[in-house]
Amino acid sequence: VIGVEAALKSVPFLLQGFVITLEVSALVVASSLVIGVLLGTALTFGPWLIRLPVRLYSDLIRGIPILVLIFFIYYGLPVIQINLDNLSAAVVALTVFKTAQVIEITRGAFQSIPKAQMEAGKAIGLVFWQRMAYVLIPQATRRFIPPFINSVVDAVKGSALVSLLGVIDLMQAIQQVVGRTYEPLPLYVLGSLIYFMINYSLSLLARRLEARFAYIRE
Amino acid sequence: MNYHLNFTLIWRHFPRLLEGLLLSLEIAAVSIAIAMVIGLTLALAYVDGNRFTRSAVAAYVEFIRNVPLLLLVYLMFYGVPTVVDIRYEATVSFVATLSIYGGAYLVEVLRAGLQAVPQGLIEAGKAIGLTRLQRLVHVRLPTALRISLPSLSNTYVSLFKDTSIASVIAVPELAYAAQWINLNTFRIVEVYAVATPMYLITGYSILFLLRLLERRYAIVR
Repeated sequence: VIGVEAALKSVPFLLQGFVITLEVSALVVASSLVIGVLLGTALTFGPWLIRLPVRLYSDLIRGIPILVLIFFIYYGLPVIQINLDNLSAAVVALTVFKTAQVIEITRGAFQSIPKAQMEAGKAIGLVFWQRMAYVLIPQATRRFIPPFINSVVDAVKGSALVSLLGVIDLMQAIQQVVGRTYEPLPLYVLGSLIYFMINYSLSLLARRLEARFAYIRE
Repeated sequence: MNYHLNFTLIWRHFPRLLEGLLLSLEIAAVSIAIAMVIGLTLALAYVDGNRFTRSAVAAYVEFIRNVPLLLLVYLMFYGVPTVVDIRYEATVSFVATLSIYGGAYLVEVLRAGLQAVPQGLIEAGKAIGLTRLQRLVHVRLPTALRISLPSLSNTYVSLFKDTSIASVIAVPELAYAAQWINLNTFRIVEVYAVATPMYLITGYSILFLLRLLERRYAIVR
């Protein structure tokens, strides 16, 4: 019971950490969305000279544990005279990782649209950018959104790793309270409930959109 | 650039990295095996069960999938022993966590596989007089596993990568070995220049082997 009281008392402090968690996640999601969609489009439609480096980037990054990537960027980059504070290093590392995932989601979304759609566009005389704007992108967007929201859930979960660089996000705030109160269980349970609430709402949203957009068939 | 790469210290400590990699692989293998048991059991409970078992399985899957693995690792290692009278070392605690975590993902994969088994196949089993258990063992499970094979491979590789999280509770796997060498030699770039390819090569080798298996066994719908 003492533990539960300690947990409840620490809620305002945890909320400060929660705000950092949300900020980190939002930054990561926004920047990887922009870069990832651009690179993913290049990977689908570009000449091989562009496709090759994007494919390499995506496959390399997705093969490295995200924890290793975070440490590498935080401790390794200063060697080439790039000094990032812990928060920026964490955001950069998570963005590099998330971008690789967004590239794959973008490619998947484009490729899931049947070829006949583009051919039909050609047949009625649309040029490439018109086919993109009126035929492909409207359909691919609907295929893109559900897996993208799932990867937002991943981003919020992954953001807990920034605590390892000393950024006081929700995870690190929990760690600090545990360090002071020696009441690990109630605090970890409380923390997992907070993560669960935000991520589960996102998951539900993804599922609803997926059902909503399921009408696109082969 | 006034930093000079020097790999001598890394090679001196290379056995530590290698042992770390082996431990990572062991942890991944044991956790995946346990997670498969959890996954298969709960997927069957979900597909064949009543409303109660369905919601129980769904609650487990949703909770685990929406909470960071790092938090679950801390919860299991620091939190649980304060209320339950058990003692375990870090490696055991992490294997337990990764099994429960992986189990939640595998339930989803295997459930989709089980639900994708064509009804006609099961009815054919009934028609030739197979019992419920025989249909499960000889018809549903083999087919479901072959259908889920590609998703299973991806989950396995991803769980192998997740073993790096064990370093936060000082399990001496690959990521921890890298951090140890870094702390003792300050050769940070060199350590990660060696450890990162070790993850990459191992991860892609596992994936390559599983893809070979897929080419032989996977059923493309």
